[in-house]
Amino acid sequence: MSKQYETVIGLEVHIELATKTKIFCGCSTEFGSAPNTHTCPVCTGMPGSLPVLNKQVVEYAMALGLAANCKITQVCKFDRKNYFYPDNPQNYQISQLYLPIARDGYVEIDTQTGKKKVRIHEMHMEEDAGKLVHDEWDDTSLVDYNRSGVPLVEIVSEPDMRSADEVIAYLEKLRMIAQYLGVSDCKLQEGSMRADVNLSVREAGSETFGTRTEMKNLNSFKAIAHAIEGERQRQIELLEEGKEVIQETRRWDDNKEHSYAMRSKEDAQDYRYFPEPDLVPIVISDEWIAKIKARQPELRPEKLERYKKEFDIPEYDAELITESKKVADLFEATVELCGKPKKAANWIMGDTFRLMKEKGMEPEDLKFSPEHLAKLIDMTDAGTISAAVARKVFEQIFTDDVDPEKYVEENGLKTVNDEGAIKEAVEKVLADNPQAVADYKGGKQKAFGALMGQSMRALKGKADPAAVTKMIKEMLEQ
Amino acid sequence: MEILELTALELGKKIKAGEITVKEAVQAAIDRAKEAEPVINSYVTLDEAGAFAQAEEIQKKIDAGELTGPLAGVPVAIKDNMCIKGQLTTCSSKILSNFKPAYTAEAVENLKKAGVVIIGKTNMDEFAMGSTTETSYYGPTRNPHNTAHVPGGSSGGSCAAVAAGECFGALGSDTGGSIRQPSSFCGVVGLKPTYGTVSRYGLVAYGSSLDQIGPITKDVSDCAAFLEAIASHDPKDSTSIDRDDYDFTSALENNVKGLKIGIPKDYMGDGLDPEVRKAVLRAAKVLEENGAVVETFNLGLVKYAIPAYYTIASAEASSNLERFDGVKYGYRTEEYEGLHNMYKKTRSEGFGPEVKRRIMLGSFVLSSGYYDAYYLKALRTKALIKKEFDKAFEYYDIILGPAAPTTAPELGKSLSDPLKMYLGDIYTISVNLAGLPGMTVPAGKDENGLPIGMQLIGNAFEEKTLIRAAYTYECATGKQYETMADISKAAEKEVR
Amino acid sequence: MANKISDETIEYVGILAKLELSDTEKEAAKADMEKMLDYIDTLNELDTSGIEPMSHVFPVNNVFREDVVTNGDGREETLANAPQRKEDTFEVPRTIG
Repeated sequence: MSKQYETVIGLEVHIELATKTKIFCGCSTEFGSAPNTHTCPVCTGMPGSLPVLNKQVVEYAMALGLAANCKITQVCKFDRKNYFYPDNPQNYQISQLYLPIARDGYVEIDTQTGKKKVRIHEMHMEEDAGKLVHDEWDDTSLVDYNRSGVPLVEIVSEPDMRSADEVIAYLEKLRMIAQYLGVSDCKLQEGSMRADVNLSVREAGSETFGTRTEMKNLNSFKAIAHAIEGERQRQIELLEEGKEVIQETRRWDDNKEHSYAMRSKEDAQDYRYFPEPDLVPIVISDEWIAKIKARQPELRPEKLERYKKEFDIPEYDAELITESKKVADLFEATVELCGKPKKAANWIMGDTFRLMKEKGMEPEDLKFSPEHLAKLIDMTDAGTISAAVARKVFEQIFTDDVDPEKYVEENGLKTVNDEGAIKEAVEKVLADNPQAVADYKGGKQKAFGALMGQSMRALKGKADPAAVTKMIKEMLEQ
Repeated sequence: MEILELTALELGKKIKAGEITVKEAVQAAIDRAKEAEPVINSYVTLDEAGAFAQAEEIQKKIDAGELTGPLAGVPVAIKDNMCIKGQLTTCSSKILSNFKPAYTAEAVENLKKAGVVIIGKTNMDEFAMGSTTETSYYGPTRNPHNTAHVPGGSSGGSCAAVAAGECFGALGSDTGGSIRQPSSFCGVVGLKPTYGTVSRYGLVAYGSSLDQIGPITKDVSDCAAFLEAIASHDPKDSTSIDRDDYDFTSALENNVKGLKIGIPKDYMGDGLDPEVRKAVLRAAKVLEENGAVVETFNLGLVKYAIPAYYTIASAEASSNLERFDGVKYGYRTEEYEGLHNMYKKTRSEGFGPEVKRRIMLGSFVLSSGYYDAYYLKALRTKALIKKEFDKAFEYYDIILGPAAPTTAPELGKSLSDPLKMYLGDIYTISVNLAGLPGMTVPAGKDENGLPIGMQLIGNAFEEKTLIRAAYTYECATGKQYETMADISKAAEKEVR
Repeated sequence: MANKISDETIEYVGILAKLELSDTEKEAAKADMEKMLDYIDTLNELDTSGIEPMSHVFPVNNVFREDVVTNGDGREETLANAPQRKEDTFEVPRTIG
């Protein structure tokens, strides 16, 4: 490759809002239910049904808009986007084109070369489509409308990103904001956060944009990174061969690591938008905006500062913990209960993160309760259990959210404080290891460690190490 | 025959008094329908068994004193574009020929609360697109006053059923005149309320920003009673309006003293049948003689209402009718290759020519490159038309004119030239664009015995003013134009 | 002013509207549409500059519902009219290759 190319990327990110009900009807948004259970005439496009807007959707969208420094559109409306597809029961999607809820914002991301602003063109509210499952055997598709009408906010960025890393940083930032606001859980695997990537390449230094393509069907950060790399290569190859990039929508197949054009004669991509006559305008007063602003929860930068001050934990710890709202909430609740921030932080950054990594879990998948972690910390501090036992118990808390008190009781893991039992065990170890005893007495401090280890093992780790140390020393000096 | 001569309110009173049972009332209507249907074809579905079952239940409630309203026990018919749970709701289209909704339209629900018996679903122009009830998949409805003529449309089945005594009142829907024009052709009273007065929930949409459900009745008092029963603020319809007044029957007052009535010059000019003009002017005179002040005036932009309307209504219809695709309900073509072929064949076989015509036009005016020139232009024109009405109502209480330029045309004479047919909507259409209430009252007959209706148009939320004027007119004329059609004679005329 | 609708346009609108017209229907549709558009073009006689397009005729706004689940299992009613049902889903021709 002789020329240098720059990749120009803009994103359309869909975030499913965490409302209890759908955007235009009283059906539940619960994920993973049996097909078509959460449906009604409205979200299945039955003739004569009419949409009524869920107020919470507007407030969540406003919260997102404000957090991303957008201007709220104070008279905003819905429009119909017309296209035929079986997952779209009315064959039009109620969305916003002409007067979207929020415009002209930005978020700041960290890049290798420092902080960077990614501008947000607009955010709009819309309804999600149903789910299609393909039946290979019968050559048919099966439609489930449970997801039809689940509220979405689509966030359209300006073409401000230049690499997959920046795209991932931007997505992580949006996800963090949404999670902090409590407006979405943003689970990529469940489709509650999805991204379409608009990508073009141009010769480095060029001021004009190249022809862009849009890639859909990207449901993991990995897929997004792969798709960006794949599409960038494809476009550069075309240009190098003197061919043109065609403006089109492409579908990324993560298994084949290849994108292919979605266009067919039947997809005219002429959506015939017009104002939705079944819904009335939304008029947003200054007071309403102020109310939403006042309700905005503490976002990450403020939380970070507060943790350092209030809990006196190192910056590094605070950064790791506040990366996810879920983890931060868990941490704070634990500290609230046990009053030991550094210890709570250690449990989270140590064993919690290790187990999450081992099990391939996201923070949202954490299900243990702060009560149990706080109790574990208290029990360890009180010497009720040893540090070694505590780590074992924590694994049980992590996976099954067991009550550590009960678990320790039921499995007989309490520290042995019975001096007689300790003495008996130490006596036996000393008697069995005359060489080590002699070495220690001869000035080899190291030998003490071996005696200590064996004693603890004999006591099955349940004894307080301090008490065992004391006992060994006493007996050796006899 | 005696029962059939009664108005809905008269019948309701006799049922309440125990002089007539609900079953007898239903029997009378069903018998009449069975006699009339072979010639008139007002109904898509006549639900005899269901009607008698309802009659029994309602009679019990009346006897127990649980149902005391003025319409309790009265047999009525519903236009077949309003959903009734578990009952066929076809919109007179092949594409919905097997559709049974799981919900009932709010207006119908309200009427049921008033204790009426629903005896059937009436024929209409397919998806309410048409002015003659000839575009129905179930064949045309005929005018009970003369079966060689159409009943008008699109609520032709409802109007014919009321005119022929096949029910004591009916619901219609009006997007561009679909209640008022057939009411005029059939000699019955029809009212399109202010947009937002009656819930559209469960009404299969044609032009969402224009559609309103309204009553079709034998006389003005029934009209007020039906409107009072169906109007409500419905949280399921975002465009439903919470009004201050729903007591429409309180407007049944024989008094128009001082009422200012304006007749638009453009409503009485070229293209208006002389007999219709004569009848309308005579009706205006009656109101004047009763104390109203009647003047002619210039209402601007009359001729722009039709092009604006067909742009807006077709655009909305093209989108509203996208849902009929053979996936979730209704007709699906027998053989197809792949998804898009299934869509196209289903829709091409399922829709009739007039519906396809409007879907094509609507899709075109919304398509890329034409939206501004056509759709937005029409919405701007709508704003101007609304302004013209606002100006007129600063001075007048009522605008009076014909409901249609002619009496009912003969069957088979209208569909060959759609544009000409659309021009027949000239007096009704702007009322929908401006969201205003409009009412048709029988005001005469032409030399062939076909009814002529006058239209009263009110300012937004002024249904009561219309009802008062119509009632006064009715009192003054002794209901002479509101006689039930003699169907035996109607058919004879055709044979001749 | 007379509008001319080409074969391509009718074909294109047919794709948008998912209607398949026979050749005779296409010719009729062309003629109808040309006539209607000529008629609609009379709106150009009106000066509408500075006029806001009016989609809603009355100034009603902010109609909302609260975020409360009101609907239960709607499966049977939803699927009751399905032209082709497979278990608890709607069956359609395969959507992607």
